[in-house]
Amino acid sequence: MDIPYTVAARPDTGLNNGKIAIWLFLASEVMLFGALFASYVMLRVGAPEWPAGATYLNVPLATLNTVVLISSSVTMVLAWASLVKRNFSRFRLFLGITILCGLVFLVIKYFEYSAKFHHGYLPATNTFLAIYFTLTGLHGLHVIGGMAVNSWLWGPGSAMWRTDPAHFTNRVENAGLFWHLVDLVWIFLFPVLYLL
Amino acid sequence: MGPEPATAHHAAAHDADHEELGFWWKYVFSTDHKTIGIQYAVTGLLFLLFGFSLMMLMRWQLAYPGRALPLIGALLGEARMPGGLMLPEFYNELGAMHGTIMVFLGVVPLAVGGFGNFVLPLQIGAPDMAFPRINMASYWSYFVGGVVMLASFFVPGGAAQSGWTSYAPLSNIAGSGQSWWLFGMVFLITSSLLGSINFIVTTIQLRAPGLSYFRLPFFVWSQLVTSFLLLLAFPPLEAAAFLQLMDRHAGTSFFMPSGLVVSGQVLEVTGGGNPLLWQHLFWFLAHPEVYVLILPALGIVAEIVANNTRKPLFGYRSMVYSVIFLGFMSFIVWAHHMFITGMGTTMATFFQTTTMIISIPSIVVLTALILSLWGGSIRFTTPMLFALGFLPMFGIGGLTGLPLGLAATDVHLHDTYYVIGHFHYVVAPGTIFGLFAGVYYWFPKATGRAMNEALGKLHFWGSLVFMNVIFMPFFIMGLAGVSRRLYDGGASYAHAQHVLQWNVVSSVGAWCLGLAQIPFIVNFFWSAFRGRRVGANPWEATTLEWAAPSPPPHGNFPQLPRAHRGPYEYSVPGASRDYLPQWEPRGA
Repeated sequence: MDIPYTVAARPDTGLNNGKIAIWLFLASEVMLFGALFASYVMLRVGAPEWPAGATYLNVPLATLNTVVLISSSVTMVLAWASLVKRNFSRFRLFLGITILCGLVFLVIKYFEYSAKFHHGYLPATNTFLAIYFTLTGLHGLHVIGGMAVNSWLWGPGSAMWRTDPAHFTNRVENAGLFWHLVDLVWIFLFPVLYLL
Repeated sequence: MGPEPATAHHAAAHDADHEELGFWWKYVFSTDHKTIGIQYAVTGLLFLLFGFSLMMLMRWQLAYPGRALPLIGALLGEARMPGGLMLPEFYNELGAMHGTIMVFLGVVPLAVGGFGNFVLPLQIGAPDMAFPRINMASYWSYFVGGVVMLASFFVPGGAAQSGWTSYAPLSNIAGSGQSWWLFGMVFLITSSLLGSINFIVTTIQLRAPGLSYFRLPFFVWSQLVTSFLLLLAFPPLEAAAFLQLMDRHAGTSFFMPSGLVVSGQVLEVTGGGNPLLWQHLFWFLAHPEVYVLILPALGIVAEIVANNTRKPLFGYRSMVYSVIFLGFMSFIVWAHHMFITGMGTTMATFFQTTTMIISIPSIVVLTALILSLWGGSIRFTTPMLFALGFLPMFGIGGLTGLPLGLAATDVHLHDTYYVIGHFHYVVAPGTIFGLFAGVYYWFPKATGRAMNEALGKLHFWGSLVFMNVIFMPFFIMGLAGVSRRLYDGGASYAHAQHVLQWNVVSSVGAWCLGLAQIPFIVNFFWSAFRGRRVGANPWEATTLEWAAPSPPPHGNFPQLPRAHRGPYEYSVPGASRDYLPQWEPRGA
């Protein structure tokens, strides 16, 4: 039995199944982070005083991380574009860079976190640090999730390139859409937590 | 059996595999939407029975506070019911878990996971769901969530005790059962996320040729809107669960105000949190959740009403527009659960206005269903009886909600038994009647055998009578001002003395309702193995699921069907029969 429209687009909707599914998933992710940002607003508005992000956080490191993550989004697109141009080795190169950027992001984040812990800044210290650790922690889990998917597509999952290239290209595109969301969430987190 | 068979020859190989699947792969780790639907439905029914049993236990304490429960009391042990007397902590566990289990583990899995999985792909003429493996993952995530919830009864301090709403800060300082509740919810939210994506993609992509959106059966529309609600409303509760887990395990104070005094001592927390934040996040899910509970039942009832009145639904299009509007509005009414939290009159005015607006589409759908009966030649089959019972019961539930939706009257009624009466009329004789109707209606499709009509009618009349015996007294007690959360059912309050006898009436009704389910349980198992064999279309229905054999094989249809007309072409003038199925090319 064959499920229709797993690879080819359905003529009247112009989309394949996976593409709709990933966008629906992203919509639910937006609601998840949207709820957390709304919680941030409610807590901040209700607080008698709220520290500037730079009092606790390292703005230069976070700026570097922003650059790293945005670059990884660019290489993610290049990886997908290489597949569209049927250049598998370039795909591997660009997806590899994307994964590496994710790793660099996490390493920088690790240094940030350990500096906080070293100074005794914990989630329990105050509400600002509580929401900081929760939001960046959940975002970090998303980075790890995206890296896991990308690593699979770089390694064992790429066997599909030989059997069904169109399907594999779709998968990379969908993984890319998720990776862009991870990037986008950070682009909101950075000013909200570090700059405002 | 992959969701994305790489190529056509792989798919052919998969088909051959299915012939040799062992028991485990065929019935336990199946990717077939029908098997998963039945797994969901049976698990959901078992949880409904379990959740109902918790309530039957509570009803003893409410009817006879301070009297030892014979036999069962001893079975539950000294930690919960010393000497057969229920401890207040155990009562709170039962209350919180009754609500959680009925809503999240019983009704939604049965209505969406069960009926949605089994019926929706058949009704749109699809071979399976769009993502069969994700479908299986959805069921098993639900299963794990259920196991976590059940296991929480056995952790030190017992299961969650802060009500099904888990209001903070009470839930923040509760025992470890609350953390299990939160982890269980994360699994259930994951399950419904995977399921709802699958339903939406399946409905959009896998409709049979010719099945345009306005030829979809109303049930498919109700499932589609429900899936959007699950997709977009559950994530905020997941966010809330993360925040509460941080509060409980990382020492944060998202929901903890400064200077909170517990048992005469100021809690040592950083403070600065907001207990109302939990309520906002919770009700942002939980109000759409109410429509998740009711919409699939409305869909089932619509199918059964059209089939058993032998005429098209009255106002099919306005019903469709109504559920879409209803789904949209359900996201902006949540704070009508919070009128007395002191959130301000401007907010209250906004939310009571949206609440009055959302009652309009609900009334449109209900009115359309009632008008559909007009002039029909009604067949009083068991599914139709449940559908007919649904209409007035849901009507009572809906209309008693209006005084709760208006801030001024809600101040008096809030947190009384009136609320419980209102909600249970919507969900118990409302939704659950709709679900029973669906079980009787689609049982022949799932098993190839019909359920017994005599036992079915016994089940219906018993359930109808005792549902009302249980819930009608709640309105009387609520209007007298009895709070919903009293361990002794109000016995220690002067203002409750003149209505206390209704506790006994209600409890006896609950136990009799339990007895009234025995014919159903017997019927379910007896009919599955010994019931009368039926053909593909025993109800002479028009929608596509009846084109498939009963039970449908893997892949559902010998040849994928094509839709030639709308879903409810009954009693078409000039036709030779009183129904024109969607899959038949010409009016025969």
